[in-house]
Amino acid sequence: MATEFHNLQEMQHCASLVTKVFIQRDYSEGTVCRFQTKFPSELNNRIERTLLEETVKTLNSYYMEAEKIGGQSYMEGCLACATAYIVFLCMETRYEKVLKKISGYIQEQNEKIYAPRGLLLTDPVERGMRVLEVSIFEDQGSAGSSPSSTLSSDSSAR
Amino acid sequence: MKMVLKKTPKKRKWETFPGRNKFYCDGRIMMAKQTGVFYLTLVLILVTCGLFFTFDCWFLAEQLTPIIPVIGAVLFLFVIGTLLRTSFSDPGVLPRATPDEAADLERQIDVANGSTGYRPPPRTKEVVINGQTVKLKYCFTCKIFRPPRASHCSLCDNCVERFDHHCPWVGNCVGKRNYRFFYMFILSLSFLTVFIFAFVITHIILNSQRIGFLSALKDSPVVVCFFSVWSIVGLSGFHTYLISSNQTTNEDIKGSWSSKRSKDNYNPYSYGNIFTNCCAALCGPLPPSEQVAAIWASICMHACGHRLSGSFPPTLPIPHRPEGAFSLFLQFSCSVL
Repeated sequence: MATEFHNLQEMQHCASLVTKVFIQRDYSEGTVCRFQTKFPSELNNRIERTLLEETVKTLNSYYMEAEKIGGQSYMEGCLACATAYIVFLCMETRYEKVLKKISGYIQEQNEKIYAPRGLLLTDPVERGMRVLEVSIFEDQGSAGSSPSSTLSSDSSAR
Repeated sequence: MKMVLKKTPKKRKWETFPGRNKFYCDGRIMMAKQTGVFYLTLVLILVTCGLFFTFDCWFLAEQLTPIIPVIGAVLFLFVIGTLLRTSFSDPGVLPRATPDEAADLERQIDVANGSTGYRPPPRTKEVVINGQTVKLKYCFTCKIFRPPRASHCSLCDNCVERFDHHCPWVGNCVGKRNYRFFYMFILSLSFLTVFIFAFVITHIILNSQRIGFLSALKDSPVVVCFFSVWSIVGLSGFHTYLISSNQTTNEDIKGSWSSKRSKDNYNPYSYGNIFTNCCAALCGPLPPSEQVAAIWASICMHACGHRLSGSFPPTLPIPHRPEGAFSLFLQFSCSVL
């Protein structure tokens, strides 16, 4: 937490939050977690369409992997039932493992692609899996560095 | 303009939870506000089983087999375990929209309506799922369009994913995250009540051979099982039907997918066969709770003229559990499957 506060302090000198864009869920395939790949118009001049689409498609594939009903999920379910669900206290579920992967992926994407363009993705888990939040920052032009609240290292200039 | 930052103290998510739920053990236990009936459930189960083990088990172990109390004990522990799991779990509560999200939604709706100001947002949005048109309703309390199958529980004042019903007997809502525990609870409770009832009758019959039927009946205090057996077995049967057709109690009561509404009406969530529906409901993936104690609430930074609300960082500190033997065994066996 101290890292984030330190980065936010950096941010206050360099950039301010302009607006947030929300990519909503796509329910056309049921209750499975999927986000719309429609490109928001507010991001037209900030990032290439293909990059954002690629990020969203990769996230969708991760969520599909987490929610896949197959051999492993059946075994997990049966084992959990047989132990009266006590096993969940000492074992990480597949879903949690994939969520960790997603969290790492979002951080990587922020570092490489979004922060240099003054954008920040928020992990959908933080928003109840309802939306993929993209924060848009405006560089106030002081130190020339772009905001990235999650990074401990300085981000490159836009 | 220079920004002045003031850091408010960090709070766990459950401490700032806007719904009516109650939390215990530092947010690890989440229940509804009214829990009186839950304690009644617990007392009924404990008293019935206590009487059975005290008065009937000795006799039956001697006359028939000592395995009877062992099976009874296993069933009893399973019932209590699943009851506590159902009652204490987060049912799948949807967090309310952040102010930015709510404002963005209203802005989009204004643009769609072509007006600004005072007209209230439309209450529904339509989406086509597997060829069936489903209406997503706007929740004025949570300020979100509810996902399909979600519903707002007025008792707990939350939107719950895959909302089944609010069960006062377990003192919690039954939703996406705890439906399988609830089903296992009522199923095992059915077996337990039938088991106790059957062996109580056996005890009476065996006893009546010695001392006469009426005396035997007088000596047995556990015939109260009779009425609970039918209601619990009936409830298990109903939920077995719901699971096999992949419906929630809410949908069944409203007749959402009933063919009586229109002849083209069908359940878009059903996998088409009973076995897959059951497996999906009972062995499907279990998403983690949004209210887990380890997740810290956002640090609200108040700056003059700027309000940076929302979570920093985007990374989620999921409670770490060791890569134990179970997990490794699963991964190995599933790579073979």
